[in-house]
Amino acid sequence: MTTAHDLAYVRKEEEPILAPPRHEVGAIKWMRTNLFSSATNTALTIFGILFLLWTVPPLINWAFISAVWTGDSREDCIVPGAGACWAFVKAKFGQFMYGRYTLSERWRVDLTGILLIAGLIPMAIPRVPWKRQNALYLLVVFPILAVILLLGGYFGLPYVETALWGGLLVTLVVAITGMVISMPLGILLALGRRSNLPVIRFLSVVFIEFWRGVPLITVLFMASVMLPIFLPPGVNFDKLLRALIGVALFSSAYMAEVVRGGLQAIARGQYEAAQALGLSYWRMMRLIILPQALKVVIPGIVNSFISLFKDTSLVLIVGLFDLLGIIQLNFSDTTWTSPNTPATGYAFAAFVFWLFCFLMSRYSIYTERRLNTGYRR
Amino acid sequence: MTVSDPVTTVREHVSRRRSIGIYDPKLRGFAYQALTLLALAGFVLWIVDNTIRNLRRSNIQSGFDFWDERAGFDISQTLIPYSTESTYADAFLVGLLNTLLVAVIGIVLASLLGFLVGIARLSGNWLVAKMATVYVETLRNIPLLLQLLFWYKAVLGILPGPRQSFQLPFSTSLSNRGLMVPKPIFEAGFQATLIAVLVALAAIVVLSTWAKRRRENTGQRFPVFLTALALLVAIPTLTFIASGAPITLSYPELKGFNFVGGLDVKPELLALLLGLVLYTATYIGEIVRAGILAVAHGQTEASYALGLRPGTTTRLVVIPQAMRVIIPPLTSQYLNLTKNSSLAVAVGYPDLVSIFSGTVLNQTGRAIEIVSTTMLVYLTFSLATSTFMNWFNRRVALLER
Repeated sequence: MTTAHDLAYVRKEEEPILAPPRHEVGAIKWMRTNLFSSATNTALTIFGILFLLWTVPPLINWAFISAVWTGDSREDCIVPGAGACWAFVKAKFGQFMYGRYTLSERWRVDLTGILLIAGLIPMAIPRVPWKRQNALYLLVVFPILAVILLLGGYFGLPYVETALWGGLLVTLVVAITGMVISMPLGILLALGRRSNLPVIRFLSVVFIEFWRGVPLITVLFMASVMLPIFLPPGVNFDKLLRALIGVALFSSAYMAEVVRGGLQAIARGQYEAAQALGLSYWRMMRLIILPQALKVVIPGIVNSFISLFKDTSLVLIVGLFDLLGIIQLNFSDTTWTSPNTPATGYAFAAFVFWLFCFLMSRYSIYTERRLNTGYRR
Repeated sequence: MTVSDPVTTVREHVSRRRSIGIYDPKLRGFAYQALTLLALAGFVLWIVDNTIRNLRRSNIQSGFDFWDERAGFDISQTLIPYSTESTYADAFLVGLLNTLLVAVIGIVLASLLGFLVGIARLSGNWLVAKMATVYVETLRNIPLLLQLLFWYKAVLGILPGPRQSFQLPFSTSLSNRGLMVPKPIFEAGFQATLIAVLVALAAIVVLSTWAKRRRENTGQRFPVFLTALALLVAIPTLTFIASGAPITLSYPELKGFNFVGGLDVKPELLALLLGLVLYTATYIGEIVRAGILAVAHGQTEASYALGLRPGTTTRLVVIPQAMRVIIPPLTSQYLNLTKNSSLAVAVGYPDLVSIFSGTVLNQTGRAIEIVSTTMLVYLTFSLATSTFMNWFNRRVALLER
């Protein structure tokens, strides 16, 4: 019988643990698994690096290194080898934000912006209480305040006609009006589409499918050329209001479909339980169904806000000067004509639009994650 | 003496109470609907009355009689013969065809790029995945109109003239006149090649039916895909050579200040396509990614457990299930692309909206007729698409317990 004593060598203590091979740790390991795991991936990585080398340095050069940051006219921007003409954006910044809004009254626009942010921030943070009152402020109180402040004519504020409005102001006015009107109208249409009453259901379906089936451009054309014919002689809307009506109807149809998705996601038992409690249709909707349905579709609502925000740029086709429109208008200003002016202007507009949309989409993802917990098994 | 059954009494009582009064849901529903219809009818009458009065007051003619009148304006790109002598109906048709052209090319290119991007975002290659993410997150959040204008004015607009144009491979060149490519000119005898393509397609159908039946009966496989590809290439090519290569290329040549010959892809079309494809592809990429992620991982594992190889698993297990999720939103993206092609008006591409709701509307002043016709065209597209979607959904719907 062999015992431990008979053996030539017995390990008495543990050997020190060897460090893993160098190609299995750190950056090398990461690159081996993520960039060069196979022949195809190696080729793709090399192509990718070449593509980045081809595109990124010239872009950085154009936007930052050889860009013109200060200057008073095109003379500074047409020097050979010059990149983006940021001086143009700097000189025109006021116009890009407010359009031709009376200079001495621009504080009113700023104040409206502050009032909006004051309502939005507590609304966006889930922990802050009084959501109902907050929504009421954003959907009812704020729009009234905004109209009084922006348009003027009351309380000693001088009247500023909408033809003077422009830039980011018009973009935001169109987008926010679209959002504020499309919420209640969209909810009503969604309820109509799920109603038991055939006439109501039919009319809702026709309304929704009509607006969803046509491009926004034709809606804006319709609002700008057909609306004046439909109204009694003498009634004349200004251009901005006509575009707002078109955008609001268009976005309501999309909002209705989003809300309908939420209504369908609510279990049947919720409806039945509410009815068993003896709640009337509207109380059932207001107290039981809608709070749940709207919560489920917050990401969808934000997404349709994002597309609405991007679509506002179309108002320039019917002759309004939103952010994009006013930037385009300034390309024809001879003091700033240079080969780089259009690209610079578009880059600025793209950045502003991108920032708004990106923030909204991040918020949508954040809420999606937050709300998802209850349904995750 | 009859004693009334208490249950019957209660039921009668309830039914009597339900049948009268304002609390009867049926009666209420009826009343609501009647009220809605009345209000709607009143609204419509009001609009019609206003319209008639407005039209009479401003002496605007109405009706569709302008349709056969001479249009008298020229269009830069036409797929059918068109001149200033043509009628408004011809102009409408030119616009419609131009819209369809952009839509079809755009859909094909956006699908290709979109599927590529969707797969790239799921790639194990970190660099490829990140690049696809940056592309999607950037272009998705910038308005399409801005992108179109950027391509048209800031990129294609500042290209050099034809004399200093960029030379690309295959006698192609890029200048501010657009992309010049060789134009194929089909001569007599080319029909034979077209017939050969049809023959090849028929042969492929027969072959795949036979191969499927044989596989079901005997279990033997036949390399259908490769054989089909070979047939599709070989038969037309052989016919083409045998019939004496009846196709010549017209190369673009620089004469004076412009190109002569060749096919000119106008900057307007180029900008519109670039914008539409790059924008829509971001959405398609996200749809494809979501579709692939929606296929449960257990499906892949089960397939491996059955001994299927990774390629076969992707082709037979993952893709068919992913397609079920992908196709409905994909169709609505195709519809969006078609509707978004109406932004052509901003870059001056002669599509339906730009010709019909633009030039024709300005010349005839028949706002109501023209805008509603345009809307009707797009509505038809969208209703046709949703009919297809309903059919498709019924066909592929999961039949569960």
